[in-house]
Amino acid sequence: MDLTYSPEEDAFRAEVRAWMEANVPPSPLPSFDASREGFEAHRDWERKLAEGRWGMVTWPEEYGGRGLDLIRWLIFEEEYWRAGAPLRVNQNGIFLLGPTLMEFGTNEQKARFLSKMASGDEIWAQAWSEPQAGSDLAAVRATARRDGDEYVLSGHKIWSSRAVFADWAFGLFRTDPDSERHKGLSLIFFPLNAPGVRLQPIAQIDGETGFAEIFLEEARVPAFNRLGEEGQGWKICMATAGFERGLMLRSPARFQVAAQRLVELYLAHQDECGPETRASVMRSFMDAEAYTLSIYQTASRLMAGGTIGAEASTNKIFWSEMDIALHRTALSILGARAELLKTAPAAGNESRWLDGYFFSLAGPIYAGSNEIQKNIIAERMLGLPRG
Amino acid sequence: MDFRFTDEQQMMAEAVRNLLADHCQSADLRRLMASGEPRDEARWKRIVELGLQGVLVPEDQGGLGLGEADFVLLAEACGYAGLPEPLVENAGVALPLLAAVAEADGPREVLDRALAGEITIAVAHPANAFVADADTAGAILAATDGRLHLLDSANASLVEQPSIDPFRRLFTLSHDAGPATACAETAVIRPHLDAAFDRGALFASAQLLGIAQRAVDLAVAYAKERKQFGKPIGSYQAVKHLLAEAQVKIEFARPVVYAAAGSFDSTDIHSRARISHAKLAASDAADLACRTSVQVHGAMGYSWEVDVHFFLKRALALASWWGDAHHHQDRVAERVLSQPLGAEHAFAREAADA
Repeated sequence: MDLTYSPEEDAFRAEVRAWMEANVPPSPLPSFDASREGFEAHRDWERKLAEGRWGMVTWPEEYGGRGLDLIRWLIFEEEYWRAGAPLRVNQNGIFLLGPTLMEFGTNEQKARFLSKMASGDEIWAQAWSEPQAGSDLAAVRATARRDGDEYVLSGHKIWSSRAVFADWAFGLFRTDPDSERHKGLSLIFFPLNAPGVRLQPIAQIDGETGFAEIFLEEARVPAFNRLGEEGQGWKICMATAGFERGLMLRSPARFQVAAQRLVELYLAHQDECGPETRASVMRSFMDAEAYTLSIYQTASRLMAGGTIGAEASTNKIFWSEMDIALHRTALSILGARAELLKTAPAAGNESRWLDGYFFSLAGPIYAGSNEIQKNIIAERMLGLPRG
Repeated sequence: MDFRFTDEQQMMAEAVRNLLADHCQSADLRRLMASGEPRDEARWKRIVELGLQGVLVPEDQGGLGLGEADFVLLAEACGYAGLPEPLVENAGVALPLLAAVAEADGPREVLDRALAGEITIAVAHPANAFVADADTAGAILAATDGRLHLLDSANASLVEQPSIDPFRRLFTLSHDAGPATACAETAVIRPHLDAAFDRGALFASAQLLGIAQRAVDLAVAYAKERKQFGKPIGSYQAVKHLLAEAQVKIEFARPVVYAAAGSFDSTDIHSRARISHAKLAASDAADLACRTSVQVHGAMGYSWEVDVHFFLKRALALASWWGDAHHHQDRVAERVLSQPLGAEHAFAREAADA
């Protein structure tokens, strides 16, 4: 066990820090979910990252990455969040679909999709859920009918993050019309501006349009857009979900920085806070550290050839609950100012806690609700019988 | 950066796990409890034969010269088994402390006997209100009157303080400590006493981790067997979710305990705070896991017949052994409120050790 950073790892950190300090926009970009302008500003940032070959440092060099190990990816993320760099508008692509493509895609598919994903030229949305297939994802009804070299997509997808402004989406479709449940599904990509694809934005709890409904009315895509074999969709989808719940989507740095901001907020208002508040602040700091240590441990294991299994579900529960607790503590410190919008003259710079609080409430829902994760833990880690 | 145990560390832990799986079963614990004996001599002899007494004692003093990361999995295994005998306190805390002060012939001879497994050493540390396993110990290291004394039955008298945990043996100590029994001035050995406290807290955390996992495992085994409404109770989400929540607590205490062991040697405020974090996280995990296990067992969980209460009681005892929650929360707060924050401070840098 060696819990120190090597000189090479320190040097890498310094390199990332220097680039971020020189390149991160001095003021926050407008939200990518609120307007085309904000979305395109984030796309420009993705392009700038790609020019510096910082888009996805773990990817092979041929797809715009640096071929670095997971520890360096964690260090990169720490510096990224430390610098206050913009949120990754292409997270559905780079964190979820990218690793899945790397594992299941053909060389031609990788060549076609990965580089443009890394460069920000193609921003991705996900299209998993349907009105009758939420937690019960295997109930999807959307169909992909094979017609020569094409699939004809029909159905209704919902809660598709980023779909309002994104370029592409990946989704789960029934390729075998006689199949049921997990069988007969395939993962297929489609351009969001294709004929037969209609979008209906959905206003979120905070008023922004971070997700949309997608109506597919005989939209045609080449069979080339299917990832993996026909009928393999569920297996691939679960691998993607593993990336989503596990270490890729929620690297610890996000929470370490949030915990640091919380401590700073506490120090600024210490005189108004009781011992319970201090205890809550310490709890958030410790939880962020515990999550970090857990992910470093997982990364070490993966680098030595190990695999990630049901612990992705424990991660998802832990970070989503931590995120809510952290923001609730911040709001309690802000007291009467907690409810102020950023347009309120008295809000100062603290309205981001309110934004963060609302976003944290989504955590236990997306990427598979925490109730489903608890079932997975109980059945796959603990070996309890299925209900 | 490589957050993994070595094959040797895993193998050593496996040897202890196997021994305890064979000789520290429910029937063994209940037989010892019925006998009223302070310890199971046959089991203790087997443990001694593993030769682990000197695991944390330097090689030039006759020990194995290993570190805390080598012992932490063993302590976890002792917690998992609910081991009554003092392997953790003797080998994990007392002997490294004695080795640190054993300069004179007398203490050196006591250390040699302890390394050979002839005697155990108990520690009367200011952090603990009682001395554990003092009656079976061949000598007691006692920090008192500004000095560290090495006492034996000739100059120490013990009053037993029965614990709710049937396998914990606690005593208050009165003694005739004087210049003849002193082996060091506490001012000189303050760092060693602090290290003993940190080892005590770290290995208590590791035991709590083992206790937590055992409590969940017992409940899982019961939930697979016990049927109500025609199905195993473990197939109901209400039961599954209770156990999953306990397992999540364990999963995020474990890496903290392991990291605290791995960074034990850098005796700075960061590594001290991590030990305290480990103690808090492992205590919380054990508390939730044991209470959950009682609940999942239903009325059986409230009975003497089921083993869960052994672990519930040990968890309760260890939660305030080697520093209670308040003490450890203060150490974490000291680090958080006085030191630089930020992800780059989560681990030490190689250069800082050089």
